[in-house]
Amino acid sequence: MDARKNWQDLPDASGKFGIYGGRFVPETLMPLVLDLEKAYAAAKADPSFQAEFDDLMTHYVGRPSPLYFAERLTQHFGGAKIYFKRDELNHTGAHKINNCIGQILLARRMGKTRIIAETGAGQHGVASATVSARFGFPCVVYMGAVDVERQKPNVFRMNLLGAEVRPVTSGGATLKDAMNEALRDWVTNVHDTFYIIGTAAGPHPYPMMVRDFQSVIGREARAQILEREGRLPDAVVACIGGGSNAIGLFHPFIADESVKLIGVEAAGEGLDKYNRHAAALAGGKAGVLHGNRTYLLQDDEGQILEGHSISAGLDYPGVGPEHAWLKDTGRAQYLSTTDDEALAAFQLCAQIEGIIPALEPSHALARLGEIAKDLGPDRVVVMNMCGRGDKDIFTVAEALGKKI
Amino acid sequence: MTSRIDQRFAALKAEGRAGLVAYVMAFDPDLETSLEIIKALPAAGADVIEVGFPFSDPMAEGPSIQKAAERGLKAGGSLKGTLDLVARFREADQTTPVILMGYANPVEHMGAEAFATRAKTAGADGVILVDLPPEEDLETRSALGGQGLSLIRLATPTTDAARLPVVLEGVTGFLYYVSVTGVTGARAIGVDAARAAVERLKRSTDLPIAVGFGVRDAQSASAVARAADAVVVGSAFVDVIAKAAADGAPVVEAVSAKVSELARAVRTAREQDKTA
Repeated sequence: MDARKNWQDLPDASGKFGIYGGRFVPETLMPLVLDLEKAYAAAKADPSFQAEFDDLMTHYVGRPSPLYFAERLTQHFGGAKIYFKRDELNHTGAHKINNCIGQILLARRMGKTRIIAETGAGQHGVASATVSARFGFPCVVYMGAVDVERQKPNVFRMNLLGAEVRPVTSGGATLKDAMNEALRDWVTNVHDTFYIIGTAAGPHPYPMMVRDFQSVIGREARAQILEREGRLPDAVVACIGGGSNAIGLFHPFIADESVKLIGVEAAGEGLDKYNRHAAALAGGKAGVLHGNRTYLLQDDEGQILEGHSISAGLDYPGVGPEHAWLKDTGRAQYLSTTDDEALAAFQLCAQIEGIIPALEPSHALARLGEIAKDLGPDRVVVMNMCGRGDKDIFTVAEALGKKI
Repeated sequence: MTSRIDQRFAALKAEGRAGLVAYVMAFDPDLETSLEIIKALPAAGADVIEVGFPFSDPMAEGPSIQKAAERGLKAGGSLKGTLDLVARFREADQTTPVILMGYANPVEHMGAEAFATRAKTAGADGVILVDLPPEEDLETRSALGGQGLSLIRLATPTTDAARLPVVLEGVTGFLYYVSVTGVTGARAIGVDAARAAVERLKRSTDLPIAVGFGVRDAQSASAVARAADAVVVGSAFVDVIAKAAADGAPVVEAVSAKVSELARAVRTAREQDKTA
């Protein structure tokens, strides 16, 4: 299948991208996801929904985010011109807010009265708590107990915003387990609750819906680079955990055959270290988890592995189903970055561009030098700076053996 | 040849009583003890046995069965190991239906055809995969059907009249009515609502209907048994196993006693109606 030819038709009516995606949820939730699909289709066709989304994007989130020419990083690598799509400048400090605005508008439209969300690093939890405060919904955020401990500032932020953070102690007590617990809440509170999933994964229509809301990133970037350079970029690059910022950047470029789509996964302590990385596309196999079929890190018996990454936002054993399809069709290519490489890129960017990136986009930054050099000096590459690094300073300090 | 499931429900009907479906987790607390538990279940009064195969991410389970899965995995449990366990049970018991219950990924990992063949060889009769709704189950259902095994479907309080035909399409064995919106074992069943739901389902299908997810004690088991063809109990048994194992008490005896208590309630439920 050529990904460039039928990209606009996917997912299909059953929510599939090839064999990936679908709706693998308990029967109790099936009527709900079918309802959500209908409600989303109606909202998408309603100009007033899009108008309100756009208005909030402009005046609440602060969009469009700038497209910034990273001149010194370009000189440093001596290859293609490097641009950053500055989604770290959004309200709440990451791309997560784009999706949360879309979903909270849908929740209100559907008459739901309670919001739940899962979070790893806390960025999606903060964004969910933010839109819940803005629209007057009670909000419960499920967060692995391990992540609650390593992301204390974000826990406090969520509390300030009025959300209740419920630590999850089952399994490995990280993002995967938080998502299990959020699904358990949803299956229990079916009548009043809207589940804001934070990445382009989960049962259909979530992967499509999250992609659509995040595609504002790629649409802006495409228009901005055409204006700045008078041409399309040769490559667009983004980090991949579940893959929402990457699919948001990639999707408006899928039909542009000349544009390489490059995703960067978290290689943790190394792809050769069993259960010590989070690169589902590089090291996983197709399987079923959290409502969709996709690449998953799993053992020989089909048990899901915990995985590892220094970045809590990439520390997830699966990946959005559209990325699985883009990998299999060859339309996108997927690289990976270790914890150590991400730490080095984090510091480099801070020192020569004056931008402290989140650990998540630091994974994309780490591969940027090779990508820029391979492309050559007359070329153009756009990387999504999907989050800012303030939340990560404690993690980085610890990794560098420094006390703050 | 009629299946063991069909034979068992036909026998229950002839006896004029509901059956008890007893759920336990394979490898909980360890392989050999779980085999002894399963072997003891029919004598204690279980009419159908559900054997959970442990999965790392049991997203529809409450705390009791989540912890059972964690214990099972720690004891080396897997889908393959569970199939071997069923095969050993089947050596001595040719009549009690065994239903495998769990999540889609271990089955997907083994492959639907390979799984169906191995489940048949082991002597299983049906399979429940919690996160495999009708829209996604064609391949697995066909593979199991090819071996004469049933893929048991679930109906829930959110399965409305418009959706029910989708759930009933192509289903064999029995229909499992999940009586509460929620995870296993967390909420007490609303007996009247469950009985009304069974009456409603009975108008749309001739399949036997088993009711579960919130039945924890003799009283609720008895109430449900007056309307349903079978009552499913899981968390209550799993809790007894967990406590006995933690206390160092005889696990098989403890769980057998609990099963007997609930089996008595289920078996005598309709007699109470007759004498009342």
